[in-house]
Amino acid sequence: MYNKSLKELSASLRNKEISSVELSQYFLARIKHFDGDLNSVITSNEEVALSIAQQADKVIASGGGGLLTGIPLLHKDIFCTQGLRTSCGSKMLDNFVAPYTATAVNQLELAGAVMLGKTNMDEFAMGSSNETSFYGSVKNPWDLDTVPGGSSGGSAAAVAARLAPLASGTDTGGSIRQPAAFCGITGIKPTYGRVSRYGMIAFASSLDQGGAMAKSAEDAAIMLQAMSGFDEKDSTSVDKPVDDLLAGLGDSIKGLTIGLPKEFFTKDLDADIREKVEAAVDAMKSAGANIKEISLPNINLSVPAYYVVAPAECSANLSRFDGVRFGHRCESPKDLEDLYKRSRGEGFGDEVKRRIMIGAYVLSAGYYDAYYKKAQQVRRLIKQDFVEAFKEVDVIASATAPSVAFASGEKKGDPVSMYLSDIFTIGVNLAGLPGMSVPCGFVNNKPVGMQLIGNYFEEARLLNVAHQYQQLTDWHLAVPAGYEQEASA
Amino acid sequence: MSIQSEDVLKIAHLARLGIEPEQVESYASDLSNIMVLVEQMSQVDTSDIEPMAHPLDQSQRLRTDVVLESNQRDALQKNAPAIEDGLFLVPRVID
Amino acid sequence: MKWETVIGLEIHAQLATKSKIFSGASTAYGAEPNTQACAIDLGMPGTLPVLNEQAVRFAVKFGLAIGAHIAPYSVFARKNYFYPDLPKGYQTSQFDKPIVGLGQLDIEVGGETKTIGVTRAHLEEDAGKSLHEDYHGMTGIDLNRAGTPLLEIVSEPDMRSAAEAVAYVKKLHTLVQYLGICDGSMQEGSFRCDVNVSVRPVGQEEFGTRAEIKNLNSFRFIEKAIAHEVERQIDVIDSGGKVVQETRLYDANKDETRSMRSKEEANDYRYFPCPDLLPVEITSSLLDEMRDSLPELPAAKKQRFQQQYGLSAYDSEVLTTQRAMADYYEDAVNFSDGEAKLVANWVMGELSAALNQHNVDIVNSPVSAERLGGLVKRIADQTISGKIAKQVLELMWSSEHSADELIEREGLKQISDTGALEKMIDQLMADNMDQVEQFRAGKTKMIGFFVGQLMKQTQGKANPQELNKLLQSKLKE
Repeated sequence: MYNKSLKELSASLRNKEISSVELSQYFLARIKHFDGDLNSVITSNEEVALSIAQQADKVIASGGGGLLTGIPLLHKDIFCTQGLRTSCGSKMLDNFVAPYTATAVNQLELAGAVMLGKTNMDEFAMGSSNETSFYGSVKNPWDLDTVPGGSSGGSAAAVAARLAPLASGTDTGGSIRQPAAFCGITGIKPTYGRVSRYGMIAFASSLDQGGAMAKSAEDAAIMLQAMSGFDEKDSTSVDKPVDDLLAGLGDSIKGLTIGLPKEFFTKDLDADIREKVEAAVDAMKSAGANIKEISLPNINLSVPAYYVVAPAECSANLSRFDGVRFGHRCESPKDLEDLYKRSRGEGFGDEVKRRIMIGAYVLSAGYYDAYYKKAQQVRRLIKQDFVEAFKEVDVIASATAPSVAFASGEKKGDPVSMYLSDIFTIGVNLAGLPGMSVPCGFVNNKPVGMQLIGNYFEEARLLNVAHQYQQLTDWHLAVPAGYEQEASA
Repeated sequence: MSIQSEDVLKIAHLARLGIEPEQVESYASDLSNIMVLVEQMSQVDTSDIEPMAHPLDQSQRLRTDVVLESNQRDALQKNAPAIEDGLFLVPRVID
Repeated sequence: MKWETVIGLEIHAQLATKSKIFSGASTAYGAEPNTQACAIDLGMPGTLPVLNEQAVRFAVKFGLAIGAHIAPYSVFARKNYFYPDLPKGYQTSQFDKPIVGLGQLDIEVGGETKTIGVTRAHLEEDAGKSLHEDYHGMTGIDLNRAGTPLLEIVSEPDMRSAAEAVAYVKKLHTLVQYLGICDGSMQEGSFRCDVNVSVRPVGQEEFGTRAEIKNLNSFRFIEKAIAHEVERQIDVIDSGGKVVQETRLYDANKDETRSMRSKEEANDYRYFPCPDLLPVEITSSLLDEMRDSLPELPAAKKQRFQQQYGLSAYDSEVLTTQRAMADYYEDAVNFSDGEAKLVANWVMGELSAALNQHNVDIVNSPVSAERLGGLVKRIADQTISGKIAKQVLELMWSSEHSADELIEREGLKQISDTGALEKMIDQLMADNMDQVEQFRAGKTKMIGFFVGQLMKQTQGKANPQELNKLLQSKLKE
């Protein structure tokens, strides 16, 4: 059951092989059974979920609904859910229950999906290892001594361990793709503006984008289809019809040109990972794709530019957490300054504080031009590089991350080395392009991800390439050892 | 650009972040390392490049001027740490 | 040493939109605390701003009215600082790319016209309010006002006296109301004024250090605060001190400015473009539409009143200060069949006095322009005298009747019938031969006695011109 595709699960629901209530209970049982080790789900929605599943069963019985009706899923705890705590992985919001629901969650709910709970994440989505959460770190089901990646590490680990068929994620610098790669699942971050940011707690507003995490490109396509679309509550949402992401999945990729940026295939790339990615590229070549080397001359500046833009935006975005209207408030503040400093000092963890401080620093008087403005200029250069590249190629391929999942604690004390684990993914956010990660093999029994980058609003083509690749390979079907068994009821 | 302890104290104050005195130095060292990474940007000449604040070249959509919200005070104040008579309470503000 | 005062002004005009600048919450004044502050106004996690179209249109209208450059693209920026009435920890404002660029406004002081530069005007959100009543030693925060659209209008340091500053503020106050973009209420805080004041020795080119005075909510306070602040600065310099750049509050009760007790370090607002909002594009079609929608502006109207109605500069100024009064005046002139000067006297005189006395705005005047025009028509055609007309106006104030109906009902029509008047004069002279003799002996002032007596007899209805003519000739016989 746990390894069935969405289409298969939906068919089972329609054939009455199983009800949505049973399916939800099945995955809730898996969460209870397996998540003690993983710590991927931090809030359960069991009661409400089962009543929604009941509704879904009625819809299905009456012949209504769609592919997602009655399908259980998990949401990253960055999406506000009315009536269910939204913590963003932070002590700051440990007691926060939003009186509204994020648009993306709402759309999935309207499509009939059943939210089982909320997944763990790096605090305020700041991290690449899921070690900065107030609720403790998440473990990688492929090796409990390694990290699942971040910041959507809870969602990635949960899907990898088959605790839910689908989970939402958000991606500011690689936070869907890198954990998808580390956990051996498929994750897609669409074009900036494709999925509404309303109700998604902001980290860096011009980079944040919600997306889908699933076992396969096909499942991710179904989920992303429901999440996408124009939202008048989000000024940066794009008023453009959403393509049919499923219709073209089966198209041949013959004649498509796939670009390999030479800057991503240097000797610095781990040789084993390079081999897996090249093998994946060969597979696509055998399916008729043309392969072409390209150059993204300024891409090596994406991490430096990102660590100005993202902290600058986050430093302002997180100012609203001041202990006045919601969130953590310190005990008996003696004056206003004390209220602010202690509430924020106690409510935020170290990494969040570091980024707020970097942001305040690069925006402060005398440094704006040297850092913030410079980063915005570099950002344009990076975008232009991609725009040029997409004149020659349809899709760009690379490794998703420079390494496989690293050991827990390995980079915790070294922010810069942690930041560099997003070296291949960050440029995509700066440019606002769609990107995804698909499993393409294993190194030392740890999954390797291939990143695919598409042109603006070409999610359908990206998913088509990924799906065709997954027709040729079955890396995406691999389940970590120990999790193939059924949960004891 | 090396960030000193006094810089940390200054920006922590700007950002109203309480930090433990014994952590100031380690923040200074972390932030300095991050700024070394950031400094790599100076490799490229950007003098003629227009700064880019948004990934897409779009302009702001405008909302029709109609009142859509009704009073939701009770629901919105459920998360508030201190309220009285519908007001959010803070330590006395002196102008 | 002779000193010169240099003044620049920052005006915050609340824009008269129905909803807030970035949310759909109401902007109505005076609601229960926090009942008009929605999730977006509270800066709740995950909420996002969407810009109000009307606020943009109002800003453009203002820009066009002062002949300013309207930026084809303007940008919202975040101004970062912590304060409990600022929910997001930043104010969404405009910084280096405001919607309205350089424009100008003419003021008249002491019969001279002077052009004041308007540096810029930009859109921003208002903050909430801190209530300092004692809540167990705490301050209460009401965020109803948070997110109300403001147009901040910044002048050049072009004013050289308190009188010029007040003239400029009044001019702007009139203008924003003319445009219908701000209700102009200074009491409710819809129109707020911060003044930058400095002094320098006459002849010196560079500016002195300025102080900013906040909390000025009436024209009179602006004038007094500037006068006081100038005196204070000159005292400081004369006694060997230096003026420091600071924000001062005007205390109307003590008539003095005092330094704001603020521990705040030199502010570092860390402005940067707001990533939640995109550049605001003003298309040429919107510009055209706004240009076409501009009403006749005060200066043009004033000039037209002088030419079209033959009014003095002073009367035209008074009548055009409020758009509603100008409209009332023109309506009344029409209904009076063109008695422009007489209507002007009545609007500025009796009507304004009555409105003031009852504390009623002219838009809500119980006596409509049509009825006032009808009244003036009867003065002009001598149906009633001015004195009787005052009585009629009083009756009109508390009834729905026209002047004609009231004149008829109360029998107030003027007696111009020469025969009837002659008869009364003859009788009066016969009864008061002493006074007649005195007049004839040269005491011509005695005519007043006869006029008074006859007016008394006719309850004021005697046509004064006719009466005077008849008396003159009869007494001299």
